[in-house]
Amino acid sequence: MTTETIAGTSVEVDEEGFLVDPSVWTEEMAVPLAAEVGLEALNEDHWTVIKFCRNDYFEKGESPTLRRVSVETGVPTKQLFELFPKKPAKKMSYVAGVPKPKGCV
Amino acid sequence: MDKFDTGSDRKLCIIVSKGTLDGAYPSLIMANAALAEGIETHLFFTFWGLDVITKKKMGHLPVTPVGNPSMGMPQAVAPVPGVSTMATKMMKKKIEGLDVPDVPEFIEMLHDMGAYLWACRMTVDMLDLKIEDFHESVKDVISAGDFIELSEGAQLLFT
Repeated sequence: MTTETIAGTSVEVDEEGFLVDPSVWTEEMAVPLAAEVGLEALNEDHWTVIKFCRNDYFEKGESPTLRRVSVETGVPTKQLFELFPKKPAKKMSYVAGVPKPKGCV
Repeated sequence: MDKFDTGSDRKLCIIVSKGTLDGAYPSLIMANAALAEGIETHLFFTFWGLDVITKKKMGHLPVTPVGNPSMGMPQAVAPVPGVSTMATKMMKKKIEGLDVPDVPEFIEMLHDMGAYLWACRMTVDMLDLKIEDFHESVKDVISAGDFIELSEGAQLLFT
């Protein structure tokens, strides 16, 4: 575990850079976190996904999988790959400050 | 900058030769996991594996306890009419309970994630099938040689 400064706040992150405690995340952290994974700006659709990931994590106790995000938000799988290129499941959780999803599908 | 970009050009090719639920799902789940990691993924459906992409059959793949002692049913009971149907129903329900899509939706999803789906030329000829018999997401009917060519440098799984 290491400490990093994101949006002026000192937070603990794991080896892959995910926040150790999702509750310390603030909206201001999303943009710098997104920049770390190659996203220059966040649009409305990014925010829909980010907010869903957070709500679902706190409701269910685990990060949603790609399919769950698509089914529940109505954002098609194809678009999720456009919003968070290459590794959408990992990237959306990273930006949302929740752990990497554990589910298989 | 992308901290998750490892610069890897990993590529995965999966040969799907079985048309049962327990034969098909492992391939579909592995393909899904690979695609979510940004890995170029190809699936080559051959022999009964073609059922997984055949429009008329993909929604009705069976699982049978016949010759499958892992399912824990006495082998004298397994072939009784209705037993396989019941086993199939039960497994489908379990899969659905895990929020895992059924086969047609799964194939659609893999396609949306960027998977390449191929049908085996020889099996297609042997079973008198046509490209129209397959789900729209199937890219083409190709030969074993074509597949070997396109899988150059890939990691290969035979299921």
